[in-house]
Amino acid sequence: MTAEHAARPGFLAIELDGAGWDGADLTRAVLAAESAGFHAATFTDAPGPGRTNALQRAAFAGPVSRTIALVPEIDTVYTEPFHVSTQLASLDYVSGGRAGWIVTAAESPEAAAAVGRSSVTGPALGQEAAASIEVSRRLWDSWEDDAVIRDVATGRYIDVDKLHYADFETPAGFAGAGYSVKGPSIIPRPLQGQPPVLVPASLLDAVAVDALDAVLVSAPTPELLAAEVRDVRARVGAPVSVIAELEVVLDARGQAAAARGASFDGGRAAYAGSAAGLTDFLADLLKEADGVRLHPASLFVDLEELGRLVLPELRRRGALRPVVQDGTFRGLLGLDRPASRYATAAAPAGAGK
Amino acid sequence: MTQHTRAKSDVFTPSGQIQFGVFFQGVNSGTIWKALESGSQTDFESFRRVAQTAERGLFAAFFLGEGLRLREHLGRPHALDVVGRPDAQTMLAALASVTKNIGLVATQNTTYNDPADLAHRLASLDLISGGRAAWNIVTTDNAWTGANFRRGGYLDHADRYKHAEAFVETAKLIWDSWETPDGPARRVHHEGRHYTVDVTPRLPRSAQYRPVLFQAGDSPEGRNFAARQADVIFSAHPKFDDAVAFRKDLVERSLAAGRGANAVQIMPASEFILAPTAAEAAEKKEWVRSLQIGPQQAVAYLEQFWGRELSAYDPDGPLPEIDPVVEETSETRGSGFHGAKARQLADQWRAEAKDKGLSIRQFVTSKTARTDATFTGSYTAVADQLAGYARVGAVDGFNISPWLVPSGLDDIVNHLVPELQERGVYPTEYRGATLREHLGLELPVRLPDGAFAEVRA
Repeated sequence: MTAEHAARPGFLAIELDGAGWDGADLTRAVLAAESAGFHAATFTDAPGPGRTNALQRAAFAGPVSRTIALVPEIDTVYTEPFHVSTQLASLDYVSGGRAGWIVTAAESPEAAAAVGRSSVTGPALGQEAAASIEVSRRLWDSWEDDAVIRDVATGRYIDVDKLHYADFETPAGFAGAGYSVKGPSIIPRPLQGQPPVLVPASLLDAVAVDALDAVLVSAPTPELLAAEVRDVRARVGAPVSVIAELEVVLDARGQAAAARGASFDGGRAAYAGSAAGLTDFLADLLKEADGVRLHPASLFVDLEELGRLVLPELRRRGALRPVVQDGTFRGLLGLDRPASRYATAAAPAGAGK
Repeated sequence: MTQHTRAKSDVFTPSGQIQFGVFFQGVNSGTIWKALESGSQTDFESFRRVAQTAERGLFAAFFLGEGLRLREHLGRPHALDVVGRPDAQTMLAALASVTKNIGLVATQNTTYNDPADLAHRLASLDLISGGRAAWNIVTTDNAWTGANFRRGGYLDHADRYKHAEAFVETAKLIWDSWETPDGPARRVHHEGRHYTVDVTPRLPRSAQYRPVLFQAGDSPEGRNFAARQADVIFSAHPKFDDAVAFRKDLVERSLAAGRGANAVQIMPASEFILAPTAAEAAEKKEWVRSLQIGPQQAVAYLEQFWGRELSAYDPDGPLPEIDPVVEETSETRGSGFHGAKARQLADQWRAEAKDKGLSIRQFVTSKTARTDATFTGSYTAVADQLAGYARVGAVDGFNISPWLVPSGLDDIVNHLVPELQERGVYPTEYRGATLREHLGLELPVRLPDGAFAEVRA
């Protein structure tokens, strides 16, 4: 398996937190990431002062960028799954098929208090995530691809036989308050059919492998990352991309990385040092992982170094997949566009009622 | 920011101006999908084109509705009209990057959203767009729509405005919680019958302080709610006499709510069918109506009330002689008329159609066309008509639903707007950077410290 992955170049994602809320800064950040050659931009939604909604930042970036995948975090515990599904489908339309979703499960008591619910903890978090993913996936399929027919002769805008109720119900044993979602979606099927779903490895116990397209893998130190990636890959199997998480602070603007006073999110491997060292490290890591997501210590400072020194060298070494004009995020991950699960099934919406 | 606002007064003073908004509907029969010019209802390019055309015409705002559940017809999704639309705020955030000035209005429901989450997302849109966001508050609350949501349809209908008002007041606290642009935030705590909120908000005020509030309810409760809380009413009274009466009513309600006579603006929903001459416009109107209500749609419209399939009836013949199936009418969702009144209504309609000599199609067109809301005529005649509204302050503007996407505003922007500008009743430039400035609305007064759960030193 390792040999097989060594043969395939990888991709790089960058977390754009720190770009600020101003539209102009957001545009500058996403264009800098795109022109540096990053394949994907991610948008954290962790609660923090001055941090605007991740999905909206991604949507804003849609029309101003061309190739980079736009992947916001969206919580699954305290959100409405129906809204989450249509928001992501809409992101897919405004980005021309470049949307993805980093599934999160909010653990903080503050998140619960904000919406007046009791705090969800432990295994229940994973159940909430799994349920919300299932709702989104069913709703994305609830309009078959050719549901909008615009048939003037019969006066039909849609073919109702190609719209389907999702009829989701939380499974037996669901720890939280059970719920159901009827469907169909209020928006036609996303351009990608199913925008890629990325899940942190911490949720793998609860989320079935066939419900996800990529796993985000963390390790306490860079040295442990490759082994962790191998472990997760053994767990999830071939079609699921494995993405390693790495915090980065580079020597920049005449200052050594160590002197830049970066503070990192504990729990994620961090690299501090020269661009050349990072390039070697990433070239090795991409032999194990399908992709690496970088979390720069200071967005604009590190992004400049990455674009100037690291990505060109990785491309020269053949470690990176080509950036495809008008490509989709699924395409980047090597995934085909799936048919709707309802396409061959019977029971269109309303039938047999 | 520059403000062109009028001081709080007990006497209504017309601004002498009107403004336009555009409502990209995405559903219903108003948007023609059968013409060669009809574009995609989901591709971003359609939205971009409409928004950028509106901005070229100095429109104050671009509106999107909210889809919560697909309309159904006799128990299945309604097939004959445009159906399917994007999430409003996601689309508006995307449009923020390709527009500079136009306001971005998201219709959002108070039942199937959570106050802290919705307030955060609207504040987000407001910051990302540089102070151009607005919220069109709606209060749909039935269990049928609730079937798509965890929150369900749990409200007692009579309480919906009380609930909505508590929701809006909580949102205002959240938007007003940062003492300075750098914080710190004041904690917001609300404990109510339907929800509890305890949150330390994460975003500062925008350039317009907080999103502009639109409201669309027309019942006495809805109007009072708007008089207390909203900045603009998206009204259903575009006809001149109705508009004048509605203005008078709203001024009284605003004063009763302790606000100025000019505090709440009025923008009725409307449709424009324009051409160089009156005769051409009349001809165009025939074409528009024939495509809005085709033969199948005419029959389907009656089926909603009859509660049964009527496809055997000729759209160009008389109304069906058979009676409605009363029990089944409640299966029809999203529109229509339910219950025992259906039979009475059918009798009435048959008599009316016979009396006027109307076929099914002609009758349904007469019922569904928003006759009151449609301005038909030459560019100059319609401009004169609108100037009359501006002079007396019957409305502050019109929220236009284009019947074609994406080219439906071209006529208005290319021909009507210049005529209005010549008459001095339409802006010749954007007044500022924010939606609040375009509309000439006052900056909201900061909420008192006592309104917050605790005040940090």
